[in-house]
Amino acid sequence: MPFSVYTSKLAQAVNWARKFSLFEYPFVTACCGMEFMATWAPKYDIARFGAELPRFSPRQADLLIVVGTITERQGPVLRRIYDQMCEPKWVIAYGVCASTGGFYQNYSTMPGADQVIPVDIYIPGCPPRPEQMLDALVMLQERIQKGEGHSQVVLRAERGYVAPDVAIRPDGNAKEGAGR
Amino acid sequence: MAKIILDRLLEQFVAGEILETGSQHGNEWARVAPANWRAVAQFLRDDPVTALNMFIDLTCVDRLGRKPRFDVVMHLYSVDEKHRVRLLAGLPEDDPSIDSVVVLWPGANWFEREAFDLYGVRFAGHPDLRRILMYPEFVGHPLRKDFPKEGRQPLLRRLPGSVD
Amino acid sequence: MDERAPSQTARRVVIGLGDAANLPEADELPTESMPLNMGPSHPAMHGTVRMVLEVDGEKIRSVDVQIGFLHRCFEKEAENATWTQIFPYTDRLNYVSPMLCNVGYALAVEKLLDIDGRIPERAQFIRVIVGEISRITDHLTCLAASAMELAAFTVFFYLMKAREWFWELLEEVSGARLTHSYVRIGGVVADLTDDFCPKLRDVLRRCRAAIADADKLLTGNRIFRDRMDGIAIITRDDAIGWGLTGPVGRSAGLDYDVRKDHPYLVYDRFDFDVPVGSKGDNFDRYAVRLEEMRQSMRILEQAMERLPAGPVLLDDARVALPPKREVYNTIESMIAHFKLIMDGIVVPPGEIYSFTEGGNGELGFYIVSDGTGQPWKCRVRPPCFANLAVLNKILPGLFIADIVPTFGMINMIGGECDR
Repeated sequence: MPFSVYTSKLAQAVNWARKFSLFEYPFVTACCGMEFMATWAPKYDIARFGAELPRFSPRQADLLIVVGTITERQGPVLRRIYDQMCEPKWVIAYGVCASTGGFYQNYSTMPGADQVIPVDIYIPGCPPRPEQMLDALVMLQERIQKGEGHSQVVLRAERGYVAPDVAIRPDGNAKEGAGR
Repeated sequence: MAKIILDRLLEQFVAGEILETGSQHGNEWARVAPANWRAVAQFLRDDPVTALNMFIDLTCVDRLGRKPRFDVVMHLYSVDEKHRVRLLAGLPEDDPSIDSVVVLWPGANWFEREAFDLYGVRFAGHPDLRRILMYPEFVGHPLRKDFPKEGRQPLLRRLPGSVD
Repeated sequence: MDERAPSQTARRVVIGLGDAANLPEADELPTESMPLNMGPSHPAMHGTVRMVLEVDGEKIRSVDVQIGFLHRCFEKEAENATWTQIFPYTDRLNYVSPMLCNVGYALAVEKLLDIDGRIPERAQFIRVIVGEISRITDHLTCLAASAMELAAFTVFFYLMKAREWFWELLEEVSGARLTHSYVRIGGVVADLTDDFCPKLRDVLRRCRAAIADADKLLTGNRIFRDRMDGIAIITRDDAIGWGLTGPVGRSAGLDYDVRKDHPYLVYDRFDFDVPVGSKGDNFDRYAVRLEEMRQSMRILEQAMERLPAGPVLLDDARVALPPKREVYNTIESMIAHFKLIMDGIVVPPGEIYSFTEGGNGELGFYIVSDGTGQPWKCRVRPPCFANLAVLNKILPGLFIADIVPTFGMINMIGGECDR
């Protein structure tokens, strides 16, 4: 069955507004932060997509961009920042270090931010070009419109809505059948 | 070049305190007995000929398989004379501890904390010897050769279904 | 708020205009200081560091700077990688001036191999050129991020625009905008592109205009000066005792630049000045970095004029990969290629401490080799590790709002500090 269960017009309008006004929280740790800054810079202007405004408080943000390597020491910090955000919230893992740990396989690097928080979009690259960030943002916007972001799915399941046919799991696999 | 440093050291200290000196690839180095670490450092800083007033680096080398196992290595530089020296001291495996030089150079504070954190070398007289790069709950000293490279000690429980 | 006479304020707080020195000390009032956490995730773009402050109102009583949130185990990874595989790790040390880290590491290993006198001259000039471009991007990033944190957004955009031009150039040469891995043991991996020099001249001309714009916006700006002048003063004795080098040390009056005092590569052939500050406050650090960018541009122009022709990689099959044409056609080159990739360069046993001028100061590599294709120990002496430690001394007594420009001007790069 196609993913057409969630068709409320109001929800579509709300999602349209959400996707074009993302307030992001840039959780910047490492080198990817430089490319992140370049995406905000005039040449690859991300303001065109409505996602320019960085909110440096998680309580005011709805998009957590994990930029750079996450170490074990940073894990509780990242989890706490994620928990402080209000639903619906989305997470982009920017760079291979945030996606899978990059080429760091050692006692201190967490192999990916998705070990402790659920991630919606992974951007590979070391560091990814700004165009990849813009592509990921457009991809995320499509997901938001369809209501497929991780926290959106969880919210609907919690509120007892009819579960969608495709649910997004942290390991990235789609699970047919009942939602989470 | 910086041979004058080694000459002054050999003049000032007896053979039991300066164990060995040498020069390799343009670096002058001197191996010091651990008990005289601070005395030698203080002499090098205060002596007008050597005048090694700038603290550059302090680290530790794990020479696994050799006794003594650890080598504390310190690099000093003189801003006026523009020469530098490397001091080494061998520490045993069971109780690697040596004097702290924080009283001589405040910049040694963090470097000694790092050597303690990553190698387990204790610095007597350090005002605040605790871990600096690893978190306090970490067990072990990760840069030792017998510590596995991927010996992760997660601080936070992983999400179910996540792949390591 | 008007000043009240002391006799009327027996037990009241004196509210008045005037600077912090005139307000009564907190000891007279029953207060206690408050612990405040400026956590590892904070708006300052420079690095992830946690400062546990003990504040009394807005004034900092003491600070505990906690680093290590980006400890990516450079040394442990280096002990398990071949000598050439370490280059990508060095890129990510000081990730705003990665070429300088590449060059520093390559020089250290070349000294251990005793080939530092045989590096082709063109390769040395190219290393200087890309190194100085990296230094310019380092200072551009530092000033842009610091200005943005002080709400000077326009300066951020101007300097980011300038940085993009340099990154495009470096991308043409090395293939990557940020983490180049361009330098190899024995030279650089590929020659400059044909139109590199004309493009660089054009970029320098435009960058000079951008820096002049930023200068005009900031240097005479009353708000900027008030936030930077006289704040967080580091004395020359502090610089020597704490091991501060680079722009931070030079702003304190310590005239030490590795390029001038212990010239390496071909720096002794260029004519450039080293700006040295006098007061050691935040503004001096800003001014030193601004002027250093101009001096780096001078070096670049001289280097481009004198760039000799020739090979860019040492023609020694024990150290550098032979050209692909030879690898595919001669058996010796193929065997050399195989051994270099599988075993790594065989570096004779020994130790070396080799130092260069990184973006933040004396970037040292202390390398211990045991005679195999992998280092026994490869330590980085990070300049901003020492530079950041001095915050424990200069922050107490400042206001919380002063942390932002101070931390920005120290230019702590997380990858280098935590390695």
